[in-house]
Amino acid sequence: MEWVNAIVQGILLGGLFALFATGLSLAFGVMRFVNLAHGDLAILAAFLAVSFSATLEVNPFVTMALVVPIMALGGYVIQRFGFNWSIGTDPLPSILVTFGLAVVIQNALLERYSADSQGLDIGTFETRSIEFTDDIAVGWFPVLILGVAVVVLVGLQLFLSFTRMGRAFRATADDPSTARLMGINDRNIYAVVMAIAFATVAVAGLFLGIRQTFGPTDGPAQLIFAFEAVVIGGLGSLWGTLLGGIILGVAQTVGNQVDVEFNVLSGPLFGHLIFLVVLAVRPSGLLGRGRG
Amino acid sequence: MKGYRISRSTPESTVGLIGFGALVVVLGTLPWWDSDGSLQTPLVAILYYLALAQMWNLLAGFAGLVSIGQQMFVGIGVYGMLQMAEVGGVDPYVAIPLAGLVAAVLSVPVAAFAFRLRGGYFAIGTWVVAEVMRLLTTESNDLRGGDVRALTRESLGGYSLETRTNSVYWLALGLAVGGTAIVVLVLRSRLGLALRAARDNEGGARSLGVSIARAQLITWVVVAFWTGCTGAVILLNTTSTTAGSAFSVTRWTALVIFMVVIGGVGSTTGPIIGVLVYWIIDEQLGDADAWRFIILGGIAAVMATVAPKGVYGLLQQWRPLQFFPVRRRLAGGPDNPSPPDVGDPEPQTAAEGEQ
Repeated sequence: MEWVNAIVQGILLGGLFALFATGLSLAFGVMRFVNLAHGDLAILAAFLAVSFSATLEVNPFVTMALVVPIMALGGYVIQRFGFNWSIGTDPLPSILVTFGLAVVIQNALLERYSADSQGLDIGTFETRSIEFTDDIAVGWFPVLILGVAVVVLVGLQLFLSFTRMGRAFRATADDPSTARLMGINDRNIYAVVMAIAFATVAVAGLFLGIRQTFGPTDGPAQLIFAFEAVVIGGLGSLWGTLLGGIILGVAQTVGNQVDVEFNVLSGPLFGHLIFLVVLAVRPSGLLGRGRG
Repeated sequence: MKGYRISRSTPESTVGLIGFGALVVVLGTLPWWDSDGSLQTPLVAILYYLALAQMWNLLAGFAGLVSIGQQMFVGIGVYGMLQMAEVGGVDPYVAIPLAGLVAAVLSVPVAAFAFRLRGGYFAIGTWVVAEVMRLLTTESNDLRGGDVRALTRESLGGYSLETRTNSVYWLALGLAVGGTAIVVLVLRSRLGLALRAARDNEGGARSLGVSIARAQLITWVVVAFWTGCTGAVILLNTTSTTAGSAFSVTRWTALVIFMVVIGGVGSTTGPIIGVLVYWIIDEQLGDADAWRFIILGGIAAVMATVAPKGVYGLLQQWRPLQFFPVRRRLAGGPDNPSPPDVGDPEPQTAAEGEQ
């Protein structure tokens, strides 16, 4: 039964990974841009929530109403006036800029909040669960995370398919210069994409902070998990991202269970190995359309 | 077409090589005139950082392989050295090239995975592989990466402290000079021409029969070897390690990237400038570790946006000097007194230089 429980918990954990991966997947899909500071931005959002809930004396859940818009605005501004300069056929400048930003965020957080672990306490909801059997209990909070991930991905899919701006996103992704000729301001599109990416990763960061303790240097691990979810699921496919997140989540919880029973491997390591297997067998990912 | 020849050297590259040679002689004799070690101790780290910087630049600046996983080769070098010297009883100086060899051999299967990804995803992919190696080292009962492990007196053999201090310095100097020489030699070879052709126009290079994957793989293995050797020497310098510090992305990759970006990606002189800039900033900051990264990372991020060719690129705009004879020029010939560059490593700056 422990194994069934591990799989159930893994599926729920996958929701969080999918939420982390959404922004990465979208930014790559529309502008072939890989933001190496993605994980650190999630941690930054979690620290913002810590500060806001302390100064305003509110539940961390409520701070989401402040943190997410602030992060979205930050994403718009930084893309419009920063990252856009480094977009081009050569991926090197964008890698260097975002990697520099990642290291700056990590160390600024270290300087401001020290290396101590922090947590976001939202009260009893965090621990409430439905017990199916003695071994299998499903927490309401992980269910909420998975639900939010599904809603975000469905919403994004509908936005891309049926709105005017979503059409502009797809046109810019296919051919930016032709899209420009049709009157689309691609610089603005890129900035909106980054605003969405920052907003989703801020939600993910807050959920992470409620689920577990976090520190200033936890960002890269989250970037890596998000990236693995994107590659496992398939580049450029939002449903793939959800599937990839769930597969990675299950791999990690099953890996932890293997560690408990046989004292080999660990959760993250097992997840990395599953990622490498997918990369070797099916480099375009499970639902991917082509190679990145 | 008579009278044409391909020339790589320029007057300033001759001066540059003589100056570089003189500098190497001065640095090589340093243990005899810097008796209190006030220069020698910081220089060891600066020199092995130059070796790491040249190697990362060869990958990212010339071969189009932007790796954030260089710490895997350093870590392999460190643990290769530990296992051979501590467990295997190999002489530590013999173990250095052997540790490099281990890194080179392991780099081939790594390439089989990582080369399936491109650009930014290649960067994160190499990072994942390095992370896997760190975790495996930590969990392995033989490598015991979770504990602090050290080179003990016995495995350091009968070498006196003075011999070890000086030899580590000379080894670091050798790695830095050798690393620079490797880049110059690769760029002068057919391999270097293939890499630059692929970097400037991938489709064009492919259509002319350049095997890009092969050129990239050879470069990758060479870089793995030299970075692994550097890792072994780093352990000889510090004598103790954990998996966390041996496979540290900040120490062995982030700092190195910042140095190269500030100095100038895609040039041979850039990493040297970058390492010197790092040294100056580092001396000013002392122990303020977080601020060091904030300042260096900030400068690098801004530089990558506004001056993608770094300090060296800015110097080139001011005066196009070529200190290493790596750029091919068409010289001589009757009707072409000011010939165009061939296989130009910096197309933009050269164009500006001609104005």
